[in-house]
Amino acid sequence: MSTEGKKVVVPIGPYHPLLEEPEYFALYCDGEMVVDVEWEAGYNHRGIEKLCESKSWDQVTFLVERICGICSTSHPIAYVQAVEDLARVEIPERAKYIRSIIGELERIHSHLLWAGLAGHFLGYNTVFMWAWKYREPVLDIFELVTGNRQSYAMMKIGGVRRDISDDDIPAMRKVLQELKPKLEMLTQAVLDDPVLAARLKGVGVLTPKDVKDYGAVGPTARASGVDIDVRRDSRCAAYGLVDWKVITCQEGDVFAKAVVRLLECFESIKIIQQCLDNLEGKKGPIETEVREIPPGEGIGHYEAPRGEVFHYVRSDGSNRPVRHKIRAPSFVNIPTFKASCLNQTISDVAIILAGVDPCYCCTERMVTLYDARTKKKIGAMKDLIRMSQKKTEKIKLRMGKKW
Amino acid sequence: MKPDILRRLEENFSGRIKETKVHSEKRLYLSVEKEDLLPVAEFIFNSLQGRFATASAVDNLDNMEILYHFSLDKEDVMISLRVVLARDNPVCPTLSGVVKAAAWIEREIHELFGIQFLQHPGLKHLLLPEDWPAGVYPLRKENPSCPQKGKK
Repeated sequence: MSTEGKKVVVPIGPYHPLLEEPEYFALYCDGEMVVDVEWEAGYNHRGIEKLCESKSWDQVTFLVERICGICSTSHPIAYVQAVEDLARVEIPERAKYIRSIIGELERIHSHLLWAGLAGHFLGYNTVFMWAWKYREPVLDIFELVTGNRQSYAMMKIGGVRRDISDDDIPAMRKVLQELKPKLEMLTQAVLDDPVLAARLKGVGVLTPKDVKDYGAVGPTARASGVDIDVRRDSRCAAYGLVDWKVITCQEGDVFAKAVVRLLECFESIKIIQQCLDNLEGKKGPIETEVREIPPGEGIGHYEAPRGEVFHYVRSDGSNRPVRHKIRAPSFVNIPTFKASCLNQTISDVAIILAGVDPCYCCTERMVTLYDARTKKKIGAMKDLIRMSQKKTEKIKLRMGKKW
Repeated sequence: MKPDILRRLEENFSGRIKETKVHSEKRLYLSVEKEDLLPVAEFIFNSLQGRFATASAVDNLDNMEILYHFSLDKEDVMISLRVVLARDNPVCPTLSGVVKAAAWIEREIHELFGIQFLQHPGLKHLLLPEDWPAGVYPLRKENPSCPQKGKK
């Protein structure tokens, strides 16, 4: 029976086990193959841009920190950079190092969180357990340095709010030192696994042209060979003062995205260690006092774990912004599903969607899958995860692996 | 900022860029009429290799403004292309024909600010629910940003 012109729409969401947050995707399918994707969002829309207009410049720092629990320091960094751009403020060097340390610690814990989830979607629950176990000590460092495991409240217009004391540095070094061999083991386990390679290579490919068209950022762009990274390109915080490199891959598939993220963790450790070298045993101011914000406009952008966060602020000289525009990385990364999901099977969609590490509370947007044959909405993310795990099983069997 | 960027813009669009504001080494603001928006944006996107970051709409009470932000990553310059629109019945040509990514942010601006985008491929709600009352645009200034004390 021909199904031409009778596409089935498979809904994912708004509440779906694959999506940790409410979002709705509609997958238009022809049999097993996905032919188009639509997404809707807004289930989490909290009107933060509007709310910012009623807060003072200092209060907004805390408000934007609550946009997302995972990249909770990236938004404040981008915001304070936007205000500093507006008011033409230079921050002290010590503050730059502290900003980079907090930003990189966040990148490590965010990438490990993603690796764990991706493992779970593929039926590799050991990867999930490992990755999240290794993530814990990173959160402990946050608690030690900032007092909180999440939402650190470290950023301030003109610098940072707290210094990192010399007493805490040995403990931080110890955690990083211990994390490295574990990360190496995890990375090798993922890179050398023939099943994962068979399962992920060539899946959900995004070409460099797609990246340009959709404006994709972060690991999603870098896995397709597009060499952009705000940390290096705009030399914000201390990234121009330490030695590190931007990780890129050429393939553009989900495997490449995983490789980029895992390797980035090692670069982050390198950056933090160098920043700690520059803090230890030294003293210095951690902020430039900013008394008034002049009228004008400013832009700040920063490389969050998922890609560039973008903040635009406008001031009329009062103590509140008149306009604050926020763009999270997932807002530009999610539309790439329109390219990466095309002609892929439904069982691969779960991992392709997970591949960009979408963050809905940042973005606030949705996708639905309909079965083209039965015209029914394809159940929940649960079904997709089941299909995804089943496919891995099949590949394992075919390759004669029985674990 | 590399003088090259300003020179190339001047060469290609002499007189059509109404205002050029160099805020700093890294930030450039250009104002254009909405008729000139598409060619200038196309030039920044394709010839200067600007990555489309996003667009910000601003309600100035006497007019509406949209800024299209393009990031020139290699040169570390952010170009913001500004168009000013009338506040009642603001209409702007869509950028989505030049940059695919603009389609989503224009949907958001449309529902939150009530700006119409001509020839947009599908100007439906992105964040707000389908049954959102017509003519209510949350980010316009007439809507208070938080409930007043004592009022419910």
